[in-house]
Amino acid sequence: MGTPRRRLSAALPALAAAGAIALPVLGGLVGTLLPAFGVLPAIGAEAPSLEQWRRLFAEPGIGRAALLSLSTGLAATALSLLSVALFCAAAHGSRGFARVQALALPVLATPHAALAIGLLFLIAPSGLLLRLLSPWATGFDLPPDIATVNDGLGLALLLGLVVKETPYLLLMTLAALNQVPAAQLLAVATSLGQPRPVAWLKAVFPLVYRQIRLPVFAVLAYSVGTVDVALILGPSAPPTLAPLLLRWATSPDLSLLLPASAGALLLLGVALAAAGVWIAGERAAATVGRAWAAGGRGIGAAAIRAGAALLPLSLLLAYCALAAVALWSVAGPWRFPDALPERLQGGTWAAQAPALAGPAVNSLVVALVATGIALVLAVAALEARARHGPAALPWLLRLSALPLLLPQAGFLLGLQAALLALGLEGGVAAVALAHLVFVMPYVLLSLSDAYAALDPRLPRVAACLGASPARVFLAVKLPLLLRPLLVAAAVGIAVSIAQYLPTLLAGGGRLATLTTEAVTLAAGGDRRVLGVVAVAQAAIPLLAFAAALLLPAAVWRRRAGLRA
Amino acid sequence: MSGLLLDALSVSVGGRRLFAPLSLHVPRGEVATLMGPSGCGKSSLLAAICGTLDPALSAAGRVSLDGRPLDGLPPERRRIGILFQDDLLFPHLSVGANLAFGLPPGLKRAERRARVEAALRDAELPGFAERDPATLSGGQRARVALMRALLAEPRALLLDEPFGRLDAPLRARFRAFVLGHAAARGLPVLLVTHDPAEAAGRVVRLAPEAEADAAC
Repeated sequence: MGTPRRRLSAALPALAAAGAIALPVLGGLVGTLLPAFGVLPAIGAEAPSLEQWRRLFAEPGIGRAALLSLSTGLAATALSLLSVALFCAAAHGSRGFARVQALALPVLATPHAALAIGLLFLIAPSGLLLRLLSPWATGFDLPPDIATVNDGLGLALLLGLVVKETPYLLLMTLAALNQVPAAQLLAVATSLGQPRPVAWLKAVFPLVYRQIRLPVFAVLAYSVGTVDVALILGPSAPPTLAPLLLRWATSPDLSLLLPASAGALLLLGVALAAAGVWIAGERAAATVGRAWAAGGRGIGAAAIRAGAALLPLSLLLAYCALAAVALWSVAGPWRFPDALPERLQGGTWAAQAPALAGPAVNSLVVALVATGIALVLAVAALEARARHGPAALPWLLRLSALPLLLPQAGFLLGLQAALLALGLEGGVAAVALAHLVFVMPYVLLSLSDAYAALDPRLPRVAACLGASPARVFLAVKLPLLLRPLLVAAAVGIAVSIAQYLPTLLAGGGRLATLTTEAVTLAAGGDRRVLGVVAVAQAAIPLLAFAAALLLPAAVWRRRAGLRA
Repeated sequence: MSGLLLDALSVSVGGRRLFAPLSLHVPRGEVATLMGPSGCGKSSLLAAICGTLDPALSAAGRVSLDGRPLDGLPPERRRIGILFQDDLLFPHLSVGANLAFGLPPGLKRAERRARVEAALRDAELPGFAERDPATLSGGQRARVALMRALLAEPRALLLDEPFGRLDAPLRARFRAFVLGHAAARGLPVLLVTHDPAEAAGRVVRLAPEAEADAAC
């Protein structure tokens, strides 16, 4: 039995990791709550009041903005889940099914902003799609005056969210499929006369859904609260709720921080309402689904097969979007409606390199600091579990989902206020700290699976051969975990590079990264420059993932037992 | 008392004992076999002797080796070698580096190499030092695993069903190889198995705890 001191040392790493996640979230929530009711001493507001709520609701279009956040969030989540479910139902077990994972990973790694900019280049009135169709099919010699992006209904925003979130739900679903007896269920259901796709939806999906429920709610919270995708593709008059708040929060008029905080609270309410609607939807879908399953005959296979095209289509759009930013970054003169630029040139890259070096270095430093801290904390927590038993770890894993289940603006506005009050706002450290809140959960999840998969007898054999715990860790565990550690690092870097709002708010708008540059330029900047920034932004996580997959293969090229 | 001495050793999970407390003396150079169906805590018993018991389990009773009590000692200071059904060679190290892993610290380079090469000769694998363990046959890997355990200069050897994975003809040869090396070094050997044909020396049946479930 452990003494209290040993129990503390066993739980300390998990507590540290939990603190890195929970303190900013809780501090941020308090920092949102107080100003939302009129208390923000930093700007001289000390008496509780409700004035900022009147200011919030007096804002033209505020109701529509809230409704747009709710509707695009729910629709994006539903469409992403639907396309994943229909695809898996139709394709599970086929040969292409295994390959789609490799296709989804690069899209998952691509930052939201870069992907949204690519879609902008694709579907805007002067975008690639209309260029390909003009003038021969459409008759347009000039970009038409129709809102294919930034449309008032938020359809372009919806598309951007679906294209970005579908690969995430797909990969989560594939992981969940390994944890349920999918093949047996499918065999039983098909032997009972159900066509395969119908059998999958009826027998396998309910089990899979239970496993991916957390990622689904994370997608919902993200979609309701997205800022960068909304700024690039979303409506502007009014925008969705989160970008509207951001206008106030970053305004030189500091008194607008109060209505912004009230709005952040409203956003949390909208996210909660979205979750409520979703849960009601789950219940309804379960009732309908049970009736369908109990109805016997397997109708609907043709519809499922047709719907299965949604996911490949969404992946195709993502790759076209990436190709579009790459093309614009090297495009020479390119008039509408020419399908291709007159010539390619490297001039934009050369011209932008000096201006982009600073933001690129900032992006990298923040990503490496946040990822490094996350890796150390995660490994320490998992090592403590391996040595001393579960301690606080299960609790930590549950807690780490918290920041993913809240809309970012809901607590980041408050975190900015808290950092301001502590005098920490504005530097690389503050931004890395804010990124850590989002990097930590993913690094932890990614590594905890790898730790669980490590044969526990190998470190025990090493100890019996006389190796100290430190040597077991350095000479046995770290080398065996090289690949998952590098993958976790790549995940951390990808999450960090993608962060827009934490960078903007914790940095006080003064720390320029590739992501903040990309979002700023997307509002009417030169497309070639925007292409360069987006490619640079996307390149960092993609290179990190490539390194994480190729490096272990090179290091272990003479060790067949480690080639997965 | 020389050899391996277990005194009322038991392992419990959540306050429930896996088997009745076991007392056993294995003198130097002798073998004892612990029999019992799978799943009744044989491997946990060996882990308790090694000091590598899962944190979710707890051990009670005493273990001593050549008169030295082991209770509370970390596994790396107990000097107990163990072989499992799987060879558990470190997949990231060469055969030679696996063998050298447990060599006592402080040896000169030439001496380390000489000991590894002598072990490879004993295992009938001369010249295999640079090989990737994954390229060896099952029997070769099993022999390397034994030599790796012996190079760490253990004072006792625990065998956790180490012959189960090998084909029948190979199994008898490897069993003789292991027991021969252990006897030559005068090691007390505790062998755990569920197969009566593998047993050697004195046979002890691990008694299920009275109220334990039917699995044991």
